[in-house]
Formats: sequence, C-alpha cells, structure tokens
Amino acid sequence: MKITGYADKISARPGESIRFMVNCERPRYRADIVRLVCGDLNPDGPGIREQVVPTPANTSYKGRPQKIESGSYVKIPNSPLLQNLTSFTVQAMLWPTTPDSGAQAIVSKWQDRRRSGFALVIQAGRLALQLGDGKGTVEVVSATKPLLARQWYFVAASYDAETGRVTLYQEPQTDYPTVSDAARIRKKTQLAQMGSHQAGLMFAALRTGSGKGRLDQKFNGKIDSPRLANRVLDRSDMERLKSGVPAHLQESVVGAWDFSQDISSTIVTDMSPNRLHGETVNMPARGMKGYNWSGESMDWKQAPEQYGAIHFHADDVYDAGWEVDFSLTVPAQLKSGLYAARLRSGAEEDYIPFVVKPTPGKEKKLAFLLPTASYMAYANEHMATNAGLIELLSGRLAPLDKNSLFLNEHREYGGSCYDSHSDGSGVCYSSRLRPILNMRPKHISALGGDGSSLWQFNADTHITDWLETKGYDFDVITDEDLHYEGLALLKPYQVILSGTHPEYHSLQMWDAMKAYQNQGGRLMYMGANGWYWRVAFHPDCPGLMEVRRNEGGIRTWAAEPGEYYHSFTGEYGGLWRNQGRAPQVMLGTGFSAQGFDISAPYHRLPDSFQPRAAFIFEGIGKDEVIGDFGLIGGGAAGLEIDRADERLGTPPHALVLATSKGGHTDIYLVVCEELLVTTPGLGGTENELVRADMVFYETPGGGAVWSSSSIAWAGSLSHNKYDNNVSRITHNVLERFLDPAPFVR
Amino acid sequence: MHTVYKISANDQNVVEEFNARPIGHHSPALQRVLNVIRGQPVRDKYVLICTKPHQEWTLGKLTGERGKPVRLLKEQVFTSVEDAEREVFRRRWERHTGTKG
Ligand SMILES: [Fe+2]
Repeated sequence: MKITGYADKISARPGESIRFMVNCERPRYRADIVRLVCGDLNPDGPGIREQVVPTPANTSYKGRPQKIESGSYVKIPNSPLLQNLTSFTVQAMLWPTTPDSGAQAIVSKWQDRRRSGFALVIQAGRLALQLGDGKGTVEVVSATKPLLARQWYFVAASYDAETGRVTLYQEPQTDYPTVSDAARIRKKTQLAQMGSHQAGLMFAALRTGSGKGRLDQKFNGKIDSPRLANRVLDRSDMERLKSGVPAHLQESVVGAWDFSQDISSTIVTDMSPNRLHGETVNMPARGMKGYNWSGESMDWKQAPEQYGAIHFHADDVYDAGWEVDFSLTVPAQLKSGLYAARLRSGAEEDYIPFVVKPTPGKEKKLAFLLPTASYMAYANEHMATNAGLIELLSGRLAPLDKNSLFLNEHREYGGSCYDSHSDGSGVCYSSRLRPILNMRPKHISALGGDGSSLWQFNADTHITDWLETKGYDFDVITDEDLHYEGLALLKPYQVILSGTHPEYHSLQMWDAMKAYQNQGGRLMYMGANGWYWRVAFHPDCPGLMEVRRNEGGIRTWAAEPGEYYHSFTGEYGGLWRNQGRAPQVMLGTGFSAQGFDISAPYHRLPDSFQPRAAFIFEGIGKDEVIGDFGLIGGGAAGLEIDRADERLGTPPHALVLATSKGGHTDIYLVVCEELLVTTPGLGGTENELVRADMVFYETPGGGAVWSSSSIAWAGSLSHNKYDNNVSRITHNVLERFLDPAPFVR
Repeated sequence: MHTVYKISANDQNVVEEFNARPIGHHSPALQRVLNVIRGQPVRDKYVLICTKPHQEWTLGKLTGERGKPVRLLKEQVFTSVEDAEREVFRRRWERHTGTKG
C-alpha cells in the first residue's frame, strides 16, 4: 500500500471538524468523502456500495510519505544537572525479555552525532557501558556473562572521570547453580573525559544519526527504579538507593525515578530533590509487577511499591503523530451515518472511516451502535501471519489481502490486543491514532468464515447495507461516544442495533446500556461474543484503550499473574463474566462456542410459537429452516455463537426461539471458560454447548431485547435480494421495536 | 500446534473425501489428518494470497519471522479457493507420507 491514513476522531457531529493524516508515496492523491453502505467485495453479495458526498475536502492533494516511529521509551528533558555530569553512577533493576536481540539501551544520555555522553546498554547479550568523549572516540566496557531472559537483575555502572575507571555490576536476583550470569567488571578507560551535550536522558532507547535522529537500540523488557548519581557510589550506597533517597545521598543523587507513581498517566516522577520528571512515549505497559513483587498483592493500587516496573516494547506505538493533510468540517445537513475519506492515487487506495453523529435534538428513532472499541481491540491484528493457528481454527487456508500483507511487513504500524509483542508479551494497549488497515471497507479477514470472509468493521457493513436497502432512517453512534456520553447518547432512541461482534465494553458503556434497557429501550443484538471483555479508556490520552487478558476466556495471550488490573483506571480487567456481569445479563445469551469455517442454520423451538413471539415469526413457516444461506460461511449461525443460560443471567422469562444446535462442524469448540474438566466431545457435532440461541425477552419500562447470537447473522440478510427469512425476522423485530407501544407495562 | 499423530497409508481413504469437500463437515478420520496438516507451525506455512479478491488466488508461504514479506508462489494461479485447498493438501500429503495422494 502506497497510501495509508488515519483521522484524529472516530466520530463527529455536524459542524465539528475531523483532521486526516495521510502517508502517500506518490506525488498526488485524491480524497473524496463517501457514505459507506457495503464494503463486501464478494460478487455473490450486494457488492461495494458507497456514495460520494460533495464537500470542500473532496479534491486533489500533494502526497508525502509519513512514517511511524514505534518503540516505547521514557524521555527526561535535559537539565544542567544532567549536562554537567562528569563522574557518575547509573543503576536500575532490569528484566530483559530479548537480551539476544541486538543492542538495547537501558539508560542513555547520548548524542550520537558527536559520540558524546554515556549509555548503559545491552550489547551481545551482556550489560555494557558505552562512553563517548564527544570527539568521536567511544569506549565500551562489557560484562563477560550473558543476561538471561525474563530474570531480574540489578545492573549498574559507575565512571570516575578522574581516574577513567569504570565499574560494571550485573547481579542476578535468583541464583541458579551451574548457571553463570553474574559479572562485576572494573576497567580503566583511556577517555580524557566524557562528552557533554544538550540531548535529554532516555530510558529504554537512544537516538542515533544526526539532528533529531532515529529512535534506536529499543529495549524489550522491564526497567524498575532507575537511579543516576553525580559520583561513583559504592555498592552499599547503590543498595540504599534502591528504595529511596537517604539523607546522606541527597547531594549525590541526580535522579531517582519511581515508576509506581502516576501509573495511570504518561508522567514519570523523579523522587529526588531535583525533580527531573519525564514522560513515557508510545505507551509502554505500566502497572507491571516489579523486581520486589511478593505475590501477596495482585492489585497495583494496594501495593504500588511492588509495581515500580515499566515494560517497554520495541514495537509499542500510540500516536503516529503525522502532519495533518486535510480536514473536514462535517456539513450541517449531512445525515448521520458511516462515512470515510476515500484516498486514491492511481490504483492505490485507502479509506479512513469515521462516523457522523446526529445533531443533538435531531436524532432518528433507530441508532446503529458501531462497536469501535472492538475495532480497536482488533486493530491491525496479525493472527494469520504471526501465529499459524488460524488455519486450524478456520478449517481452511488463511486468506491474505493487500492490507494483511502490508501489516505483516510494516510492524511499526503496531499490533492489536490479539497480538503479542516481538518479545512474546501480550499487547494490552491499542490506539486508533494510526492507520488501522483492518478497519476498512473491502478488507478480507482470515477469521471471517468461508465466503465473504469479513470480520468486525467490514462485516458490520452488511448491517448498514441492509438498513439502507430497507429504507430505514437511522443514526450511527460509536462505543467511544457511549463511553464518554453515557445514557444521554442512547436516551433519544427507540431501538439500538448492535454490530456483528460488539465484544469490548468499559464500565461506562456497560452501565449506560443497562440503564437504557431498564428505561424502556430496545436492543437488537445483531451479533455474538458481545459484552465479553472489560476494557478501560485512558483518562488523558485520546483514542487509547486497554485490555487485560485475565483468568479465562478465549485468549491469544494471557496476562501475567499479578497484572490483572488496568493501568489506565485501576479497575480489575478480564471477562465481564468473572465480574458478575456475564453477557447473558445484558443480552439473554453469551459466548459459548467458536469456529471459523462454515455456518449453520437455526431451527425453531417451542418458545417461538408463544403469542409473545408471534410478531417475530410472522410470515415464517412452522418447520421453516432459518438461515441456511449467507455470505459468512453459508449460514446465519456461525463464527462466534452465544447461548442462553439462566445460571449466567438469562432472564427466567426469556423465550429461546430458535437454535443452531447440532448443525456445526467439529471446528466449532466449546469456549474454554466452560471447561473445568476437559472431556472428549467438545466439538460441534457432539457438544450441546456449541449453538447459537435466538432469544427474546421483555425488559422493565416497556422495552425488550432480541438476540441473534451469531456473528454470521448479518451476512445472511442480503440473500435472494433481501427476501429471505433472516431478513424477514430482523425486519419483523425492528418494526415492532420501533413501535413505541410498550411490551409490558 | 504440533500433533503426534502420523499420517500414513492407512489414511488413504480420506483423500477422496477431502477432495470432494475441502471446507466444511468432515469425518473424524479426515479431521484428524487435517489437524496435522493444517496445524503446521508458522514457518513455511501455506497461506492464500487474494491477488484479485474473490476471483483469483495464489499460494504464499509465511516465513515465521516478523516483518519478513510472505513468499509469494506466483507460478500457480487458482480461480477457486477449493482448488487451492486441494493443491496444498496434495503437497502436504506428499511431504508427510512420501507418496502421492
Ligand atoms: Fe471475538
């Protein structure tokens, strides 16, 4: 892809502006604002449907390449105390995760152009101190023993400017007999002096090259309690500095940084009297257990002193920080909906999707709640190219389109909360301030089932396609709006339609939807695996979300013990189910099985013949098979599927209308949170938990919930020119839900 | 996934079943074979490249190394996903059993 881009906002109201940042390797490109209707390239479906919307932004622009500098680090601005250092001691607790992956900086005060300053680094798998005189001469003193991965070390180096003597300490915190990874090195250097310069202090990286330079020697792993002193300290003073700044060292200490302060922020606090505070860049993981974690406390709020580590990753990215290329002020008359800036240059193309919200007071009766939190969790996922599991899960070769091939090569675009970092630790933060190339119309995903193979964003265009085709007036709102605006966002609506896969919810989102339900609101759950994970949005940084993969649930990585609390909010993370709010409480059904090959139809159950459900099955035959067709796996029940379960919160009066039980392949397996004892027979041809249950129930205040409980449902809507029983049921439910007459008074 | 099951001549009878329906319901015997061949680790693993979405595909091989381009095997062009599945099955079968399926 020679053209990629992102927007500063995921949604805007008429009159508000959205800015677009574009990377274009060609001289010019054209941008057009389009209303997105359907993004499915499958010739068996509705095809690509979009309408150009005339706006002043629709024109030709000059292209320029813009790049992403990935890798997290801490930067401390320069100060006279740092710049005038001659002799010094630098120390930290260190948990390297990839000591053999090349040079990595731990603490650096380095100016590369003049080879000036110092850097405590890992080189050739060992601790080393690099010193530059600022005139081009560099000396490196290295430990003789390699560091082990995922072990805590005390590391330190001192330099005596008078004598030129360097002392290096590499001290493992755990002793393994026969393993030799400790080193203490004393060596006299020949440097006349250490160079002085104006670059700042950095943790976990340094810059090479001239000018602003290139972020380099990015460190993978944890750093805890870094300290810097203005003289050579003896080992016992270094030990005292670990836990604070004793009075007799106050004059000597330049900085003593405590990462357990302000864990929810990007602030890095210096506890020394000099207050050389700094900030994190590219969101390294915080709320991470430190070298002194005892295992007695699982919550960083309860024992912050044991959570003084930051886990840095060479492939972390938050805000791509690109220059703005154009902006759009949303025209006053533009109706709410799903839109995109379509960027084209020759055959090169990208789309930057965004939502236009309604003008307050002019809401329609129906809103489509676009699950943007789930898009963020999946943003730029690399499952098909990183793991190789996909082919087993999907029972077919993993299809890769141009976007997936690009993401495989451009790791600087960052991963999703389904990926692991290059050091194997899980990606717990995801940002939308970067191009998200799987949140695109026309994108094909390896997870999307045989046929159209759509997932998340593009799969959700099957819903907008159906709404437009059926002529419904609807607004589009997003998860992020729901998080920040709460119930007020939902209140104007008679009906909320979910996306195909609304998996991730913050507390604010969860509470708002429950309040809406309790006040007569109607929810149509057009998907599955919904309301599953708890997430947190960053309190200060926009467009940034956190997921901790705790305890149970389908997980492509697992949070480390003791790291189950969100760093952004201090809230316990993981499945809502493990916090007493299983999806069944919200939807009547909850995640029960998954498989990604083909889908199955539903069969009616006795509850569907109750008078309360008559409106749903109007025009549907008594024995009619429901949804034995569709673009997603050839059926309406598929990919991820949910079941009713009273023990998990399905209301006792809920009607289980239809089920896909017995129709699934053995690629479909019961979700792992159901497995206490593993037994044979967990697949779709044998296990009764492998099923999608269609459910309806009335809620307090005259409202109701209807749940399809299948990600594939929306893929069946357009079959036979939208004349089919999946479309009919959806239509029947929506028509009745739009009718304000209360279900139960 | 690294499976312990070894495909052998005794599995010959599933080949026909696979070729008739590469994607979808499979007998337990075929599924066991597919768990081996589709569970191949990421290095050199076959993937399907959407050269013309929903019209034309080629095979590719993952490198198992992040950032390294997928190796594109352009010599063979498929106009159906099922044909690509059959071709990959044939190649893997041969690699596992040393015989043509
Ligand atoms: Fe999911």
